[in-house]
Amino acid sequence: MPEITREDVAHLARLAHIDMTGEELDRMTGELSVIVDSIKTVSEVAGEDVPATSHPIPLSNVYRDDVIGETLTNEEALSGAPDNAAGRFKVPAILDEE
Amino acid sequence: MSTATAEILSFDEAMEKFDPVLGFEVHVELNTRTKMFSSAPNAFGDTPNTNVTPVDLGLPGVLPVINRVAVESSIKIGLALGCKIAEKCHFARKNYFYPDTPKNFQTSQYDEPIAYDGSIDIELADGTVFTIEIERAHMEEDAGKLTHMGGATGRIQGAEFSLVDYNRAGVPLVEIVTKPIVGVGARAPELAKAYVAAIREIVKNLGVSDAKMERGNVRCDANVSLKPKGQEKFGTRTETKNVNSLRAVEHAVRYEIQRHAAVLDAGGTITQETRHWHEDTRSTTAGRPKSDADDYRYFPEPDLVPVVTDDAWIEKLRSELPEPPAARRKRLQADWGYSDAEFRDVVNAGVMDAIEETIAAGVKPATARKWWMGEISRRAKIADVEPAELGVTPALIVELQGLIDAGKINDKLSREVLDGVLAGEGTPTEVVSQRGLEVVSDDGALLEAIDGALAAQPDVAEKIRGGKLQAVGAIVGGVMKATRGQADAGRVRQLILERLGVEG
Repeated sequence: MPEITREDVAHLARLAHIDMTGEELDRMTGELSVIVDSIKTVSEVAGEDVPATSHPIPLSNVYRDDVIGETLTNEEALSGAPDNAAGRFKVPAILDEE
Repeated sequence: MSTATAEILSFDEAMEKFDPVLGFEVHVELNTRTKMFSSAPNAFGDTPNTNVTPVDLGLPGVLPVINRVAVESSIKIGLALGCKIAEKCHFARKNYFYPDTPKNFQTSQYDEPIAYDGSIDIELADGTVFTIEIERAHMEEDAGKLTHMGGATGRIQGAEFSLVDYNRAGVPLVEIVTKPIVGVGARAPELAKAYVAAIREIVKNLGVSDAKMERGNVRCDANVSLKPKGQEKFGTRTETKNVNSLRAVEHAVRYEIQRHAAVLDAGGTITQETRHWHEDTRSTTAGRPKSDADDYRYFPEPDLVPVVTDDAWIEKLRSELPEPPAARRKRLQADWGYSDAEFRDVVNAGVMDAIEETIAAGVKPATARKWWMGEISRRAKIADVEPAELGVTPALIVELQGLIDAGKINDKLSREVLDGVLAGEGTPTEVVSQRGLEVVSDDGALLEAIDGALAAQPDVAEKIRGGKLQAVGAIVGGVMKATRGQADAGRVRQLILERLGVEG
């Protein structure tokens, strides 16, 4: 796996909408590199006969029936919102950043 | 900000110089009772932010659970599109910040879609068939609905703030992605419309979606690129987002082809970006730049375990599939004995289902077609509605046709009876008696009218006596006039000939 560069960290910070100082970027670059190295060790231990997995427990097909359950009221739903209007969450207009 | 009207080349000139390449991403909202990962109701038009649970709002500590019916509906869509169904697949987080997604990620599928490698035959209005390859159909969740406030037009550009309703957040979606569509040439806009219409028809027929485009149940992102004639390499594409009516899909593809052609023809380059469709000006404007590898940092959803399918489950779902729309059309055409052109006209007029019901109610296929393609379509055109929306029921046609067959009314009178029925005057039989529309079947009354007509036109009467039978029409016309159309022309003709002692 390639080394983590300072540019990688700056890019990730931008994507995550986190402002980081130059000093923080330097420190995080070092720390992330250590983490990546640790994970590399795991990859070395797992041979080709070990399939990749996204879950520690081999479970599958956990479903729920299509039955309506309890919902929040409008007041409850909005209770944590910084601002609201007309029963809806009010947010700053963001130009198509989707 | 971009201008609303860009330079465009005429469509014909664009087609002389370039070959279009299309691609579609169609989002289908499933009509499950509850959401994809929560037990909140999946319903349209309710009070904002009431069909929500902590899962839909992305509150801390919540855990999603997959809706089994949504998975089964997705598999059915995959099967109907001729796709392979993944033996094992998982969900993934697509990370982005936008207020329509309270979790700051959309739960979707990335490298393992539930269905892949399918194809669908699309029949154009003239019967030409194009095969469109399906790359994948994957499961995901819808986002909340944003209303942009304060701007001059209510559109996103110039808005001051936005209001968010999360009732739609978490509604199950299936996104159907095509492979690049090449070789369609000038029929690209028509194919675009026909493709989206076919997807809508399929999911509606499967019963897995309400498929109402005006409600956003089926939404289309249309990708367009052009390559100079003879060139193999694809040009740069644009993706026109959320084109949400069949007509708009056709217009948007046509417009983007013309716009690309103008840019390329003038030696410019196309910017890879999303485009916004504007119904009012029938044009697109630039959205955001897009790269092929938008950095969504997908990773496997750790809160959901994989979906694993087996043959027994898939075959059970396959056995529940209804007859595919294309196969149904073939069967009905054969059953009804319509010619290709007749049947195509019926399909294009949107009256196939109505005719099927009418025939099932006991009307002959040719007669059912005559009603729906004739009088009913004529009225629908005048009223500017779909024929099926006029309020003419199969039972009504059965009764009207029954009156005609029994000789009580003729074709001309039946139209007047229909007027009365649609005006709320009662059943056809009631309208006939109230308006006094019954044909004059009393021979005495008819003979009186015939004698009058013969006396008024003695020269014609003489011609008929001399064997010129085609002259009878003039006397029949006189009788019809005298009875204000309320006579059976065939019977009148017979009586005239008897009266004059001529062999019919």
